[in-house]
Amino acid sequence: MRKLELTRSPFIKKALKSRIPQLIVLVVMLTGFIFAILAGSTGSRVGSQNFGIVFVWIAWWAVLILVAVPFFGRGWCGVCPIPVVGDWLQRGAILDPAARKPKWLKLRVPGRLRNMWIQNLSFTLVALFSSVILTIPLVTSVVLAAMLFLAIGLSMIFERRAFCRYLCPVGGFIGLYSQTSPLELRIKEKKVCARCEGKPCYNGSDLGSGCPWDVFPGGLSKNTYCGLCLECIRTCPHDNIAVNLRPFSEDLASPSGKLDEAFKAFIMLAAAMIYAFVLMGSNGAVKLAAFSIFSPEWFLYAASFLTVMFILLPGTFWLAVQAGNYKLPVTGKRFASASTALIPLGLMFWVAFSLSFVMTNATYIAAVLSDPLGLGWNLFGTAAITWQPLFTAWVLPAQTLVLVGGLFWSARTAWKTSQQVNINPIPVIGLCLLVTVLMLGLLL
Amino acid sequence: MITMAATLAAFAPFPVLEHPPARARTFRVEASQYAYSPGAIRVNPGDTVTIELVSRDVVHGLFVDDYGVSITADPGQTSRLTFVADKAGSFRMRCNVTCGAMHPFMIGKLNVGVNTWLYRSLALAGLAVAASFILFIPKNKIRQETV
Repeated sequence: MRKLELTRSPFIKKALKSRIPQLIVLVVMLTGFIFAILAGSTGSRVGSQNFGIVFVWIAWWAVLILVAVPFFGRGWCGVCPIPVVGDWLQRGAILDPAARKPKWLKLRVPGRLRNMWIQNLSFTLVALFSSVILTIPLVTSVVLAAMLFLAIGLSMIFERRAFCRYLCPVGGFIGLYSQTSPLELRIKEKKVCARCEGKPCYNGSDLGSGCPWDVFPGGLSKNTYCGLCLECIRTCPHDNIAVNLRPFSEDLASPSGKLDEAFKAFIMLAAAMIYAFVLMGSNGAVKLAAFSIFSPEWFLYAASFLTVMFILLPGTFWLAVQAGNYKLPVTGKRFASASTALIPLGLMFWVAFSLSFVMTNATYIAAVLSDPLGLGWNLFGTAAITWQPLFTAWVLPAQTLVLVGGLFWSARTAWKTSQQVNINPIPVIGLCLLVTVLMLGLLL
Repeated sequence: MITMAATLAAFAPFPVLEHPPARARTFRVEASQYAYSPGAIRVNPGDTVTIELVSRDVVHGLFVDDYGVSITADPGQTSRLTFVADKAGSFRMRCNVTCGAMHPFMIGKLNVGVNTWLYRSLALAGLAVAASFILFIPKNKIRQETV
């Protein structure tokens, strides 16, 4: 299937080249983000009546996982408010490119840390404490503020967007799943990049900053680490950068074979299943254990959580890869490449889990819009809307469609990657079927 | 063929199983932060279900998805909800009174007869795997040599 170059449209190209539309969205997002921090710390202590909880964990999460990631990949990263202030401080300007003489330390992130492992750790930490983070406004506020200040601090110490690239707990999985999205930023002609002097897209020029995501667009073959900040479109002197519409999951055709990315896939798949069991299930003891941070029950919950995430699922997958070709040793690269099959399944698990969570709690959004701090306001006349789950008759069929579709997508990916890693994909597909059956049982 | 099989799995009439005659069933459900006890109730289609909701700590509610019926119970008091279980399947029961931090996740289950949608979904999952074999196997040749 051919790609459709969106930037051929003069209107789209002009809108993407200009910094103004992006800046407007960023300012709106930043205002909302800071308000969420303030609401979390000063507003109602009841989560369902607090803007911080409802807008971050219901509204934003719904947009992110149901729309932004599946269809726009890292589109959210392009308008994320968390790194904005750090970016402005690092550049010493809001719209202009970075000054030639660096204002801050501008260190390079050490080579050992230039991977997804810290993001795996940061997501796991957030996931372990999620029952508290998702439900207590003050904790949400502290976490959001911590992310904002960490992003600012790291932009003072390191060059480019160290927080987004190596630490953000959300950015890691957006990057992983952005490989499935039908949107990509790529160069048009390799020869043009090869001949280009000074590589302004990476090093910066008077037209704009060098890639904040530390990616040389000329070598870009996957969405994983391109933050769609669009800076390279503005700096390329040869008009050689395009934004394309393409078939879904094109990046998965060539597995990266990196263990950090493989573990991101395991962590996300396991977390979706654990959340479905803990949060959507009817076992009150497990919910209390997840909520009672640092109690003996919580430590048991955390141990089980980590065991499933880092031992049980990867271990079973290792066995499946080994069973796929017992004559060959399972090297890290083969193991990681085969795990590409789990990427569509993981994304669809999150979509299915989020559907029930979001549809059940969506009416809180209207109520909180009118009374964001839970102080009895009624700004838009919607404060008194009573809670009611939405589209309950459609949620189960939609979840089935999403989970079964994800299984088919993963099986297709497994067949494709199996040729490259020289294994029989049937055991991997069998494992995908097994976890899908488990997820169906948990959600339906 | 795959599409036909999937359509059949999703929409074909499920074999009618013999149910005991409809009768009145009463369940005492205790609510406390953040669970119902028992967590799941099983009834037969057509049963007249009465739920006696008893709250053991704060005010709790009980809302049944799809049925749209609800009830609230003050601490130490019993409230009654009666309805006819005329829709088959598995339905979430949710607390509809903010009762604490984990309130949005206070969930129970009402199972009315056989959860046919789950079985249909499992059949569809099996079909998805079978379809991948039919559609992708011919293009895939596993090399037998070792590296």
